[in-house]
Amino acid sequence: MSSLRELEEIESQARSALEAAEDEAQLDAWWQTFLGRKGRLTQVLRGLASLPLEERRLLGSRANRLKEELQAAYQERRQRLQEESLARALAASWVDVSLPGRPLPVGRLHPITQTLRDVLDCFRSLGFQVVEGPEVEWDYYNFEALLIPKDHPARDLWATLWIEYRRNGEMPMLLRTHTSPNQIRYMEAHSPPIRIVSPGKCYRYEATDPTHEWMLTQVEVLAVDEGLGMADLKGTLAEFARRIFGPQRRVRFRCEYYPFVEPGMDVLIDCFQCGGVGCRICGHTGWLEILGSGMVHPQILANVGYDPERYTGFAAGLGIERIAMIRYGIDDIRLFYQNDLRFLEQF
Amino acid sequence: MRLPLSWLQEFVDITVPLEDLAQRLTDAGLEVTAIERTGDWQHIYVGQVVALQPHPNADRLHLATVDLGHRQLQVVCGAPNVALGQKVPLALEGAQIIDPQTGELVPVRRAVIRGVESAGMICSERELGISDDHSGIMVLPQDAPLGLPLSQYLGETVLELEVRPHRPDALSVLGVAREVAALTGQRVREPPVEYEEAGGPIKGRIALEIADPELCPRYVAGLVEGVRVGPSPSWMQNRLRAAGLRPINNVVDVTNYVMLEMGQPLHAFDLRKLMEQRIVVRRAAEGETLELLDGRLVTLTPEMLVIADAHRPVAVAGVMGGANSEVDPSTTAILLESANFHGPSIRRTSQLLKVRTEASLRFEKGLSRHLPLYAARRAMHLLLKLCGGQAAAGLLDVFPGKTKEQRITVSRRRLATVLGLDLPPAQVRQTLSSLGFSCRWMPPDTYVVRVPYWRSDVRIPEDVAEEVARILSYERLPTAPPRGAIPPAEPQPLREFRERARDALAAAGLQEVITYPLLDKDSLAQALSPGEMTTHPPLRVANPMSRELEYLRTTLRPGLLRVLARNLRVRPALPGFFEVGRVFLPRADDLPREVEMAAIVMGGVRRDRWGRPSDEPVDLFDLKGALEAALERLGIRARYRSTSHPVFLEGQTAAILVGEEVVGLLGLVHPRVASHFQVEGRAFLAELDLERLLPFAQTVRRYRPFSRFPPVREDLAIIVDETVPAQEAQAIIEDSPLVVAAQLFDVYTGPPVPPGKKSLAFAITYQSLDHTPTDEEVAAERARIVARLEGLLGAVLRG
Repeated sequence: MSSLRELEEIESQARSALEAAEDEAQLDAWWQTFLGRKGRLTQVLRGLASLPLEERRLLGSRANRLKEELQAAYQERRQRLQEESLARALAASWVDVSLPGRPLPVGRLHPITQTLRDVLDCFRSLGFQVVEGPEVEWDYYNFEALLIPKDHPARDLWATLWIEYRRNGEMPMLLRTHTSPNQIRYMEAHSPPIRIVSPGKCYRYEATDPTHEWMLTQVEVLAVDEGLGMADLKGTLAEFARRIFGPQRRVRFRCEYYPFVEPGMDVLIDCFQCGGVGCRICGHTGWLEILGSGMVHPQILANVGYDPERYTGFAAGLGIERIAMIRYGIDDIRLFYQNDLRFLEQF
Repeated sequence: MRLPLSWLQEFVDITVPLEDLAQRLTDAGLEVTAIERTGDWQHIYVGQVVALQPHPNADRLHLATVDLGHRQLQVVCGAPNVALGQKVPLALEGAQIIDPQTGELVPVRRAVIRGVESAGMICSERELGISDDHSGIMVLPQDAPLGLPLSQYLGETVLELEVRPHRPDALSVLGVAREVAALTGQRVREPPVEYEEAGGPIKGRIALEIADPELCPRYVAGLVEGVRVGPSPSWMQNRLRAAGLRPINNVVDVTNYVMLEMGQPLHAFDLRKLMEQRIVVRRAAEGETLELLDGRLVTLTPEMLVIADAHRPVAVAGVMGGANSEVDPSTTAILLESANFHGPSIRRTSQLLKVRTEASLRFEKGLSRHLPLYAARRAMHLLLKLCGGQAAAGLLDVFPGKTKEQRITVSRRRLATVLGLDLPPAQVRQTLSSLGFSCRWMPPDTYVVRVPYWRSDVRIPEDVAEEVARILSYERLPTAPPRGAIPPAEPQPLREFRERARDALAAAGLQEVITYPLLDKDSLAQALSPGEMTTHPPLRVANPMSRELEYLRTTLRPGLLRVLARNLRVRPALPGFFEVGRVFLPRADDLPREVEMAAIVMGGVRRDRWGRPSDEPVDLFDLKGALEAALERLGIRARYRSTSHPVFLEGQTAAILVGEEVVGLLGLVHPRVASHFQVEGRAFLAELDLERLLPFAQTVRRYRPFSRFPPVREDLAIIVDETVPAQEAQAIIEDSPLVVAAQLFDVYTGPPVPPGKKSLAFAITYQSLDHTPTDEEVAAERARIVARLEGLLGAVLRG
């Protein structure tokens, strides 16, 4: 009863049914129908045994070939269906990746803290140790020990806020006007060689405007050793400027007076705003003063018990607000302590 | 100091462009802050009023005919002071003048005023930008050259110099000329000081006594008789004006001129007003009074040095003269004073009297004791030239404070160390002598340097090094990389912990702020309990800048509440803010104790999924969450105990404890306090005493092994009184050796839980380091825990 005709019929039915199978279940049913244990082609193959040899050979080879072809077609169809269903699943899980993430609070350090730390890190890497001192100071440490006695005209350089406290008719307590008292305090307690940086807040009796603030953050630099000179001072400060402002900025050194150093020196950097042409920020000079410095006055070394013939030292005082203004391009110093989030969140 | 360029050029040739010169002066320590060109007028000339008649159609106006030398022009003038024969500034068409009302530049035009043509206008000082005076036209000196452009006659280039306090010598034209000469390789021309001594000897005419030689090391006096007091010549007036001084009369102008020229303040007395023709330099008697030249009456104290005649003070030494001995138009004989006073004393006197003058500003800086004689001669020279009269022979010169010439020995090696440069002796000598120093090289290693008399600031070898360096230019000194031994570092535990705390607080999502440590008293009182306020009464600034910046903070609270209020006005949803800073607790007769504190403030509403402000207000547990995150990062586990404090709201306030130590406080700020600081809505504050916290900070962490055996997890719900802190139940559960963690995951009140009670649910993890806990073990441990909860907290197992 089996015949080529029957095989042809199976083939055409199987192929169209396979084409119509749309999912895993229909594929399985198709397999049962045609290639399963009781499938139609399986039965044809089983029925071969009862056929005469000639017919068996002819029909057998045709049926086996058809079996292989249908198996291959089945695999192909199955794979295509899997790909299609994966593609559909993928299409369904698409999200707009440009949507914002779930917001978390972002904490930040104040720009002055950040700048201060960068400055301290720079000096630390040059072998300087960080030490601190009190913000409320004695006149002695803030002025007298720095060779600025009472009634000295250099006191005008530091407009002072005094604490209401009297002793023997004098007012000896004040808000420190600079971090230089820490030089004296440290030298009194230590012997050379010395290499320290001393950060802290300082206070001046000063009206605020875009370039003046009464509260300041300073860093004092002090090194005392045998054989130190201006070259070491210049080298240290140039290295500092290179690291903090980058190698492309120009640095200048010039003579300046501070009672507690001799020789005295200022360091300037080309103006961030105008690039050296001159503008409001730099007072039309093209240069911004970033720090004052000099060789420690030998009298100070002698006063703390060092031998000024043997030891020399250099010192510098850096204004962190000024440095932060230059780094970030801030044109109004008052922004730092107004603590407006619209300012703070930019750093 | 304002320095007219023409004056400077009298003493030294300017051979480099002015901008370069300003730069070199600045780099050498003499800061030029501005180069000002005054009187850059165009189309304005010196004219003379040669005819004057009333305006035919206006009562207050005049028609003036002004001669410009080569032509005469008619102008309409409304000034009340216009007069025949005056020399005046005449602005013609094309000129720009300042509108006296608006202050803006306006062009001058030919115009017809009330029917009469006006070819230009005669200007006031304000219209020319010379001064604020607009009361009438500016009247020029009679010797002003007719027809000369005004810019040539009155124009001047002025250098504005900011001289440092150690260089009073540079507060003079001559002093700056010396710097210019040294920097540009020029020579200084000294001004003439010779004069004819036609009168009799001064000795015997004037008695001079210095009663306090410490405060007056030298006093030089000169005498001129037969002077005619009147205006000084226009060249002198113009220079004084350009330098910022007001011309007075020829005598006073000469003293001011020489002060500006040489840096030595001088004073002229009317000799007839000096009783017994006597000068006594002494301290004032207590309560003595003197009317100053500016009309102020001052009461003197023995701290102050005065110049007195036989009976009374006639001047406050070095500060200001007295009205009682003033030179006036009728003066015929003058006593010239050229003295040296003790700088600190002059400064003190000037501060006590609140009188700062050009003289006191120079004296307080410590002038050279050799200057008075030289300056007196120069002044005598000018007085005779400009005021006439006869000079008495000789000058009185009392010099009790005579000092030796300053010599400094500098070793070549020291100089090389400081400069980083071993200069050849010839170069050192040449550099120093350009500044007026003399320098002798004594091989093998020594320079002997003689300091010129005007440089009282140079005393030690380093001063000499600076002189060499600044003339050479600091830019040209070598630069060496940092070198030398690195000293051993000492640990700074508090500082390091404080910086870690900053990091931890920022990592907890908080924004750092830095606030002023000075506050008004009321803000401190609002933010502190009465107890805190009395235990540590805040220190007061004696000279506060304002009421708002008067007291040193003893707490960080006010600063943070202000930051919150300020930012809430801009945005309703904010991150928390924190500050790490010092508070100042006073101590008897000592500096205050500066305590490192940290504080957090929060307020406003939370953000929603999109980051927009939600309608959920921030609560205590937002604050606590941030605080706990920060503490965890620092390796600190804190406990919280309900407490009360007047600044915080009862029931939402806790003491922060580590071990048994109270290290801080947190809570909901009392609405009264919040509204004082203008905080919109509720504010939450936490504060930590970092010094107290420090011993608990795990600076060095130790690893604890964790179990590799599987845990057993189960939930436990108990019912306790509402007031029982969950933290205590948790501590009891975690006290078990088999429990590694107890996590609170539900707090419930309401039915079926009885009123006044709450249900607490914990997820408990049982685990052992060396085996897997058996069911029996866990059951036994659970029973023990439940028994302890019942016994210690009155807890009931929730069924």
